[in-house]
Amino acid sequence: MSFASSLIRGFALLGLLTVSYVGVAHAADATPDAKPYVVKNGDEVDMNTYKGFLYYGDECLRCHGPDGMGSSYAPNLTQALKTMTKVQFETTVMSGIKQVSNSSDLVMPAFGTNPDVVDNLNSIYAYLKARSDGVLKRGHPHHLPGT
Amino acid sequence: MRSFKTKLALGVCALAGTALVGLGAARADDLTQLIKNPANWATPLGNYAGQRYSTLSQINTRNAKELRPIWTFSTGVLRGHEGGPLVIGNMMYLSTPFPNKVFALDLNHDGRIAWSYVPKQDPNVIPVMCCDTVNRGVAYGDGMIFLHQADTTLVALDAQTGKVVWSVKTGNPAVGETGTSAPFVEGGKVFVGISGGEFGIRGRMMAYDEKTGKPIWTAYSSGPDKDIMFNPEKTMFMGKPVGTDSSLKTWQGQQWMNGGGGTWGWISYDPSTNTVFYGSGNPGTWNPTQRPGDNKWSMTIFARDADTGMAKWVYQMTPHDQWDYDGVNEMILANVPVHGKMTPALVHFDRNGFAYVLNRNTGELLEANKYDPAVNWATHVDLKTGVPQVVSEYAPGDQGADHNTQNVCPAALGSKDEQPASYSQMTHMFYVPTNHVCMDYEPFKVSYTAGQPFVGATLSMYPPKGQDNLGNFIAYDVNTGKIKWSDPEPFSVWSGALTTGGGIAAYGTLDGQLKVVDQRTGKLLYAFKTPSGIIGNVNTYEHDGKQYLAVLSGVGGWAGIGMAAGLTEDTAGLGAVGAYKALSNYTQLGGVLTVFGL
Ligand code: HEC
Repeated sequence: MSFASSLIRGFALLGLLTVSYVGVAHAADATPDAKPYVVKNGDEVDMNTYKGFLYYGDECLRCHGPDGMGSSYAPNLTQALKTMTKVQFETTVMSGIKQVSNSSDLVMPAFGTNPDVVDNLNSIYAYLKARSDGVLKRGHPHHLPGT
Repeated sequence: MRSFKTKLALGVCALAGTALVGLGAARADDLTQLIKNPANWATPLGNYAGQRYSTLSQINTRNAKELRPIWTFSTGVLRGHEGGPLVIGNMMYLSTPFPNKVFALDLNHDGRIAWSYVPKQDPNVIPVMCCDTVNRGVAYGDGMIFLHQADTTLVALDAQTGKVVWSVKTGNPAVGETGTSAPFVEGGKVFVGISGGEFGIRGRMMAYDEKTGKPIWTAYSSGPDKDIMFNPEKTMFMGKPVGTDSSLKTWQGQQWMNGGGGTWGWISYDPSTNTVFYGSGNPGTWNPTQRPGDNKWSMTIFARDADTGMAKWVYQMTPHDQWDYDGVNEMILANVPVHGKMTPALVHFDRNGFAYVLNRNTGELLEANKYDPAVNWATHVDLKTGVPQVVSEYAPGDQGADHNTQNVCPAALGSKDEQPASYSQMTHMFYVPTNHVCMDYEPFKVSYTAGQPFVGATLSMYPPKGQDNLGNFIAYDVNTGKIKWSDPEPFSVWSGALTTGGGIAAYGTLDGQLKVVDQRTGKLLYAFKTPSGIIGNVNTYEHDGKQYLAVLSGVGGWAGIGMAAGLTEDTAGLGAVGAYKALSNYTQLGGVLTVFGL
């Protein structure tokens, strides 16, 4: 298990710590309009978030399932992002996760050398965060003109 | 009681006997004889013709309601379990998803483990497997069990001891090539295909010497004539020779080098013409605007000489794919009436939603009908040219990159995926497990990096408008080109079907039910909820005079990726299952074999 994932796991287990850490993260992000996405009417998004939807479909869906909802292979990211900071998210995606033992064969690739992910990580984060915050519905979003 | 060892020896006495007769021919006869004996399930699809039909009739339409689970076996692996067990004499053989364990189970002792094989594989292969880490089973030949591991090691194991006899590398996981399909054995050769259509690999069919693992021939899906093993004058397409450079002409520049055309499906064989049949998958990148041309020979049925590998005829089902409709599904060989005329047919239920009927000796296209009424990407297939009449509105390539094409049916997982259908020699009907799912598809530009996904499209899936069942189990009549009956299922039916001389058809469901129905009517005769969702194939065998059905459960694969969380927003209060309900509310992970008997 990588450092990033054990960190995340640690937080997931220690609910109390998670809450306080998220608190800190929010404080660091300052105001509520620091949200990384714009979503209107549940399915209209800014171009950055829309790109995130596309690249999520390209790079992540085959393991994490449609709409970030998780699959028989990999966890629900709309849940994961409720307790993960952006930095934790980025570290996880860039360095991957490997949990292989007699009873486990979970591997997420390190995307650090994949330009389609590296260049669009902000967008993917924005999309998943909008899904995680419950403001963006499932399915194919529309992009807001002029964004 | 006889000792464990003697029973084991008796179990394989059939081979010992024929092995004494001589070399090559005797080996071929050995497997042919084993397949002929309905007590065995000696090749992945039951027989060379890929029919998944057994003449066993002890379990029949009258007594199926008395079926019950007799014994079970946990594989200890959580991922999706496709494929199914082989049975040879007193031994059963099965493989698991990564790490690709192989178990030999002693049927004289309720499935006690006679031996097991657990390969050491670099786990870095896992993320380059498309969707989950499936393996579709092992093959048997000449006293050996053949396994194509995820890391593309093709290994021959001694069927009595599990010891490695030989092993050979068929591909390179560093560029996204992986092994998921079951090998196929015939005439002293082991045939094996390759997966990796989502990584820009170059698909190929390979034949190895059964005794030594020495490569015999390799035929690519795309590239120069020499590589694809075409004879421009003799290889036929729609009744005409293909001509020179039939593949190269249909790609821009060097794009064929990442041309995809994976060969991860099933293989069948016709001894009367010594021909192997199989299909190729999607062309490299799901973004059609990035690869103009027909992209031959992706999405193609190949008929090749089993000894030389030379292509006799080809037929491309989906030229210039725009939907990921891989053409790898099983090729069922059957002599059936087509429009009233007895025909040496090849019947293929393609991902694209059409049921193709060809003359398997000539490659002539006789019929192509929709086997799910929801199919809308094409109106029909022109039987003269073989070309589908594409509906522009549902063609992402016509709509252009960065445009979301909506309500395309079927979705990328096809009206049917790899889950093999069955042909009943009793009713002359085909029994087909189907998906009933549509999609939005948006292609966009991607670049090729070795070992990274080469997809370039994103999709959303949902059931056809106004419906909420995501699958059907159907009986299809090739003679009339019509669906005879259709049993709706809340989820896609992702399990290989079985038919028998007892008049039953059997399949599994994603929520874990093993179902037995009447071939004539589709009426449910028996159902049992196994420990996990079924994406494996139902097989049958006889042991000590008793017939059994055997199936692996263990949800996963593309089905588990797509359906685990349901497909659409949960609309509370509608009371609907299917698309609205998460599969994870019905079943959890875990590989278990369940054996049923009376
Ligand atoms: C080959 C499969 C695969 C792909 C592709 C993949 N992941 Fe993962 N991912 C996993 C698995 C498996 C885990 C869970 C590992 C574990 O539980 O230890 C995981 C975990 C994560 C986590 C941590 C979740 C948590 O609760 O700790 C994040 C965040 C994540 N993935 C994001 C992504 C993003 C973003 C992409 C696309 C750029 C992606 N993943 C692509 C398999 C994959």
